[in-house]
Amino acid sequence: MPKATNDAQLLIQSLRKAYAATPTNLKIIDLYVVFAVATALIQLDHFHSTLSSPVYFSCVGTAVLAVCLRIQVNKENKEFKDLPPERAFTDFVLCNLVLHLVIMNFLG
Amino acid sequence: MARGADLWRFSLLSVRSFSIPSPQPPPPPFARSPTPTVPPRRSSSPDRWILREKRLTRHYGHFRYSELKRVGSSSPPAKDLFYALRITSILGCQIDASTYDEVASRLHAVLKDANSLLEFYYSIGGLLSIKDQGHDVILSDADGTFHAIKALSQSDGRWRLDTNSAESSTFAAGIALESLAGVVSLVGSEVDQSMIGVVKNDIVKLFGSIKSFDDGTLYFDEKHVDGSEYKGPLTTSASVVRGVSAFAAAASGNLNIPGDKILGLAKFFLSIGVPGTTKDFFNQIDSLVSIPLILSLPATVLSLTSKDQLKVEVTTVFGSAAPPLTVNLVQAYSSDSKDELQFDAENVVHYLDIAALKLDVGSIPSFLRYLFFVTLHDPDNVNIYATGGQNSIRAFITGLIKVDKAEIGILESDAGSVESLQKLDLSKDNSVSLSANHLQKLRLSFVLTTPLGHTFKPIRTNCLQVFLKLRHETKVEHIFILESSARQYKIVLDFLGLVGKFYYLSGKYELELTVGDAAMENSFIQALGHIELDLPEPPEKAARPPPLAADPLSKFGPKQEISHIFRAPEKRPPKELSLAFLGLTLLPFFGFLFGLTKLGVNLKSFPSSPVPAAFSILFHAGIAAVLLLYVLFWLKLDLFTTLKILGFLGPFLVFVGHRTLSYLASTSTKQKAA
Repeated sequence: MPKATNDAQLLIQSLRKAYAATPTNLKIIDLYVVFAVATALIQLDHFHSTLSSPVYFSCVGTAVLAVCLRIQVNKENKEFKDLPPERAFTDFVLCNLVLHLVIMNFLG
Repeated sequence: MARGADLWRFSLLSVRSFSIPSPQPPPPPFARSPTPTVPPRRSSSPDRWILREKRLTRHYGHFRYSELKRVGSSSPPAKDLFYALRITSILGCQIDASTYDEVASRLHAVLKDANSLLEFYYSIGGLLSIKDQGHDVILSDADGTFHAIKALSQSDGRWRLDTNSAESSTFAAGIALESLAGVVSLVGSEVDQSMIGVVKNDIVKLFGSIKSFDDGTLYFDEKHVDGSEYKGPLTTSASVVRGVSAFAAAASGNLNIPGDKILGLAKFFLSIGVPGTTKDFFNQIDSLVSIPLILSLPATVLSLTSKDQLKVEVTTVFGSAAPPLTVNLVQAYSSDSKDELQFDAENVVHYLDIAALKLDVGSIPSFLRYLFFVTLHDPDNVNIYATGGQNSIRAFITGLIKVDKAEIGILESDAGSVESLQKLDLSKDNSVSLSANHLQKLRLSFVLTTPLGHTFKPIRTNCLQVFLKLRHETKVEHIFILESSARQYKIVLDFLGLVGKFYYLSGKYELELTVGDAAMENSFIQALGHIELDLPEPPEKAARPPPLAADPLSKFGPKQEISHIFRAPEKRPPKELSLAFLGLTLLPFFGFLFGLTKLGVNLKSFPSSPVPAAFSILFHAGIAAVLLLYVLFWLKLDLFTTLKILGFLGPFLVFVGHRTLSYLASTSTKQKAA
C-alpha cells in the first residue's frame, strides 16, 4: 500500500536524520563495528572457520569491545555521565590488546 | 737428615743382600726395581759381598767416611754406630784403626750397661761388624751377656724387649736370636753349649706360634696388636728369619725346623709382591733364605685307556730348573708304596707307570691324592732349597666303563615277573618295540663295570648321569633318573602313577638312555626303541601338555620390515582460492578506511605542542609495538618471551597513554569550559 511504503520511507528518513546528528566519534565507532562484523561474516562463509576458530573470535571480540566503547562514550547515556571518554578509550585499547594476545596464543 | 739416613740405611743394606754370580749383568743399586729372576742368596761372611757399582762407593763413600769420623768423635747412640759400621763395611770405606778403637770402646761401654734387647742388639752387632772388617774385638763377659739376653725370654719362645716391659713380642725374639748369634760368633766356642741347646728349643717353640694363610703361606705375627708398636707380619717374620738363620749359622749342630715351615715362610715372602717402602723391601729380600721347590703335575687327568704315565715336574718358584733330586711316591691313597719315580732328563720330568699301581676308576676315589717326598741329591742344597717335606698332589683317573647285562621289559603291576625281558646291547642303537597300558610297568636295568672289573661307583654321586627319556610324537618329553643299588642301575616306571605326569597322552613314545660321568671316557646317549602306551582318557581337570617351544627362528629371527606411513597431509584449498579469500577478508578493512574518510575523520585534536605530541607519538608507537609483538609471537616467539616483553611494554604504554589521554582530556575540558 502506498501509505505503508510512505511510512517506511518516512521512518527511514527520520532515522537517517537522527543518525546524522550523532557526533562524529560515535559514527567512527559504528563504522568500525560494522566492518568488524562484516569480516566475521566473510570468514564464517568462506574460510571453513568454525564458530570456535580464533580468527572469528577476534573479529567478534573487537566488535563487542567497540560497542562497549560506544556505549561509554555516548554523552546521552545517563549511566556513564561522569566517565571521561579518554578513560573509556584506554579501556578499549587495553582490552583489545589482551584479546589479541589471547587470540595469538590460541593461534600458535 | 735423620729421615734421609733411614732411607739410606735400608737401601744400602738391601743392596748388601744381593750377591751376583759373575756372568749375569748387575741389577741397579737401589732397591726399587723388582727383580724376580735373580734368586737372592743370603750369606753372612764378608768376602762374598760384591759391590756392583764402583760409582756408588766413590759417590757416597766419602760421605760415609766423614760421617763415621764424626761419629767417632762425639758419643752418639749405639744404634747410629751400628748402622754406620754396617754401611761403611758395605761401601768398603777405609777407616783407620783409631776410629775403630774409639767406636769399639764406646760399644763396650753400652754393652756393660745394657738392659734392653735393642741395646744388646746394636752393640753386639756393631762389634761384629768391626770384627768382620778385620779388626780384633774382645768380648769380656760372653757368658754374662748371653745370660742377660736369655733372661728376657719367655716360655713360649718369644722375648721381652727389656726388663721393664711386661709384653713379649715375636719381633723381639728375632732380635734376641740375632744378638745371641752375634755373641756366639764373636766368642767362638767359649759359650756354654747347654745354653745353645736351650735356645734351640726356644726356637722350636717359637715356630709353634707360626700362623698360616689359607694357601699354605706361613708367617709370624704379634699376638697383641698395639697401635704404635705394631710392626706387621712382614717385619716380624723377617726379624725371626734373620735371627734364626744367624743363629743357625753361628751355632754348631742342626736346628730342627720342619721343611714345610720353611717352605711356608718362603712362600709368604714371595707372595707379598713388591712392597711399597724400602724398609719392607729390605725385609723381604733379606729373608728369602731358601728357594722353595714346587712339585706340579703337567697332566692332572690320567687315562687308563691310553696308558698314561704319572708325570711330576719339580721346579723352583721362579720356574728355573731344580738341582738334582729324587722324587718318591709315598702314598697313593690307599696303597702305600715306596715307588721311586724315574727321571727323564730330556723332558726334565719324573714319571711312573700307573698300571703298576693298580689304580681303578671310581671304586676308589678317582680324585686321588698322591703324596710325594722329594730328596735332594746334594746335601749342601738343603740350605738353599726348601722342599717342604711331603707334597700332596691330586690327580684324576679316567677309563672306559663297560655296560653289561642291560635288560628291558614290561612287568605286570602285581606280579613283577621276570618274563619277557629283552636283552639290550648298549654299544649300538637298539630298536626294541614294546607296548603297555597304564596298569603295567616298564623296567630297565644294567650294570657298569670299570676296566679292572669292579662295579663302577662315581666318587661324587651327583656327577654320574643316568637318564631315561621318553619322547612322545608331539615332542613332549619326560626324563627319569635311574637309581643305583650295590650291583646295578635300575628303573621301574609304574605307569599307573605316571598317567598325570604324561598328560594322559597315549601313543608312541621313543626311549633314549643317557649314561655319562667325568671319569667315564665312553659316555653315551643311545636310542633304545619305542613303546606304545595306552593311557586312559584325561578327566576334565587334567593339566594340558605344555605348549611346544616356538620355533626359535620365528621368535628371534628377523622380523618383517615396516615401512613408515607418513600422515597424509591435510587437504588444503588451492593457492588461488586462498589468495582470493584473503582479498575478500581485507575488503571490509578497506571499506572501513573509505568510510572513515567519508565521515571526515581528521587528526585535528592531535596535540601540537612538543611534549604532549611526543607522548602521543609514543602512545601510538607503543600500540604499534604491541601489535608487532603479537605478530612475532604468532610467527616464532613463545608465550613466556612474549609475556616478558609485554611486561615491559605494558606499563610503558599505560604510562604514556595516561599522559596523552589526560592531556587530551584537559584540553577538551578547557574547550568545554571555554
